[in-house]
Amino acid sequence: MQAFTKLTGIAAPLPIANVDTDKIIPARFLKTIKRTGLGVHLFDTLRYDEQGAERPDFVLNQEPYRRAEILIAHENFGCGSSREHAPWALLDFGIRCVIAPDFADIFHNNCFKNGILPVRLPREICDQLIEDAKLGANARVTVDLERQVVVRPNGEEISFSIDPFRRELMLGGLDDIGQTLQHAPAIDGFEAREKTEKPWMPAITAV
Amino acid sequence: MTATKPRTLFDKVWDAHVVEQLPDGTCVLYIDRHLVHEVTSPQAFEGLRLAGRRVRRPDGTIAVVDHNIPTNIDRSKPITEDESRIQVETLEQNVRDFGVPYFPVTDARQGIVHVIGPEQGISLPGFTIVCGDSHTSTHGALGALAFGIGTSEVEHVLATQTLLQKPAKNMLVRVDGTLGAGVTAKDIVLAIIGRIGTAGGTGHVIEFAGEAIRSLDMAGRLTVCNMSIEAGARAGMIAPDDVTFAYLRGRPFAPQGEAFDHAVAYWRSLASDAGAQYDTTVVLNAADIAPQVTWGTNPEAVLPITGVVPNPADETDEARRVQIERMLTYMGLTPGQKLTEIPVDVVFIGSCTNSRIEDMRAAAAVAKGRKVAPGVQALVVPGSGLIKAQAEAEGLDVIFREAGFEWRDAGCSMCLGMNPDKLTPGQRCASTSNRNFEGRQGPGGRTHLVSPAMAAAAAVTGHLADVRELV
Repeated sequence: MQAFTKLTGIAAPLPIANVDTDKIIPARFLKTIKRTGLGVHLFDTLRYDEQGAERPDFVLNQEPYRRAEILIAHENFGCGSSREHAPWALLDFGIRCVIAPDFADIFHNNCFKNGILPVRLPREICDQLIEDAKLGANARVTVDLERQVVVRPNGEEISFSIDPFRRELMLGGLDDIGQTLQHAPAIDGFEAREKTEKPWMPAITAV
Repeated sequence: MTATKPRTLFDKVWDAHVVEQLPDGTCVLYIDRHLVHEVTSPQAFEGLRLAGRRVRRPDGTIAVVDHNIPTNIDRSKPITEDESRIQVETLEQNVRDFGVPYFPVTDARQGIVHVIGPEQGISLPGFTIVCGDSHTSTHGALGALAFGIGTSEVEHVLATQTLLQKPAKNMLVRVDGTLGAGVTAKDIVLAIIGRIGTAGGTGHVIEFAGEAIRSLDMAGRLTVCNMSIEAGARAGMIAPDDVTFAYLRGRPFAPQGEAFDHAVAYWRSLASDAGAQYDTTVVLNAADIAPQVTWGTNPEAVLPITGVVPNPADETDEARRVQIERMLTYMGLTPGQKLTEIPVDVVFIGSCTNSRIEDMRAAAAVAKGRKVAPGVQALVVPGSGLIKAQAEAEGLDVIFREAGFEWRDAGCSMCLGMNPDKLTPGQRCASTSNRNFEGRQGPGGRTHLVSPAMAAAAAVTGHLADVRELV
């Protein structure tokens, strides 16, 4: 996973609430066995018409937002399906940070596993940032995870809170399986204890 | 958390699985059962391979194909569509390489992952259960803590049999009283989502309780917990009771004989303690719930079937008004239109929400002696091969076929538009599935979520209908 420390980039305004993961990446594109290559289908239905041509009114089809690295949206971003293809598609497009008033739990989790920073900020501030984002390439937004601030194009700093454990993993770009395996002796101990305390516990064998 | 403080069902199952608590409160949480399917696992197995890791507990893992398999072909032959076939073959290679138990498509026990877990007794009370699928919340109906995870977490569980998690908040949803005739578990959960909204449960685990929940059979409880995620809650739970134990006794992968009785003694201790505290409590009265139908493009856009399509002009909140307008445009509906006057093109009875034998029976009771309305395509897709066989033993397939329904093989089918069963643009469907998002059942498709009995009523009348007028 690529570390996330500080990002300055073009922010795309997407003032929609309840952006579900089917909208981010429709199920027909989940037949891949890879993590990469999904960016072309990011927001497929919003981005392309029935013939596959770009819809010019969709933000990511417009300059400079084709090069957006930050997305700013409304409430409950990423609701619905647990598909990690949603953050994979965002990442493959080039989005490294999503700012919204709140996120659905599973999507929120999935972002951290892929080096995408989900930033929760109040709706009024998101709306302010959306107005900033509408100014385009001359209005770059900075997201600084070390200092936990979003910097508006006018220099105003807005602080955000984030789980310290996840912040550390993001800053270091750390693989959390490796982290967890450091607890292997405790996991062994837990399994041994369960075997003694719950001898009735069945295993899935002889399918 | 001290042992003397009254605890909720969630607290107890959580506490029993904490391997270690890290200084910031994050827990290494042990996972008892990991359900794996073809769509969200390939990249996870690939990750294990690249890191030279093994599956820690194959005997706590079960794999099955469900999402992208066709439901109307000869299953002894390979899938013709390349990408779907490759995904299935990849899973088959992975279960061989990593020694994971697997129900192939030719096995009668194959079916939708959230149907077969309970059916086989693989999902049990007090367990932690995960799957790379948001509807894993289903299994909470047995009194398990069950939730959906992403593919990175699938890999994490395969490698470590644990997850790094912080405890959720507790929400109690109590449904008092008794349901009216023709009103089902699906209507309860749709009414709950209508009340609390699609983000109402975010950050929470919902415990469903109250007389109306207690009175549901296991199929109904599974339906309610299935849609917890549609209210934003990663998990829904129902305290295990005699209904649960009767359902599980004798299931192939449940404890057998004396071991089962020991298990029951433990499972009985899981119910929330008197005086346990919830962060949020919501109370509904079952008698107030009519058969529900969604009119918009998220599950909170739901109304009683007796209602009319909402008018955005009545909405004072600007953002909400714009959202309603967008929904009505997508759905092709007119404000003030009676819901019972909305015609349907397709009826889908199936999915992890409503494909159990009880759902088949409820739909067949309405279909019996009637005909699918002209121009309507109606599919019945049982949740597993065993449910299909049971339905056929009861003659339900004959009722459906005689009425003009298609009788299919088990799979996710038209729930999510990633196998051949999907809507074409503009088609309108009464569906027993769980999501009415734009394009969910196929690009441009329009979904109205309903119960199995309501879906059958729509099939035979050709429009959304109040099933209470047909039974």
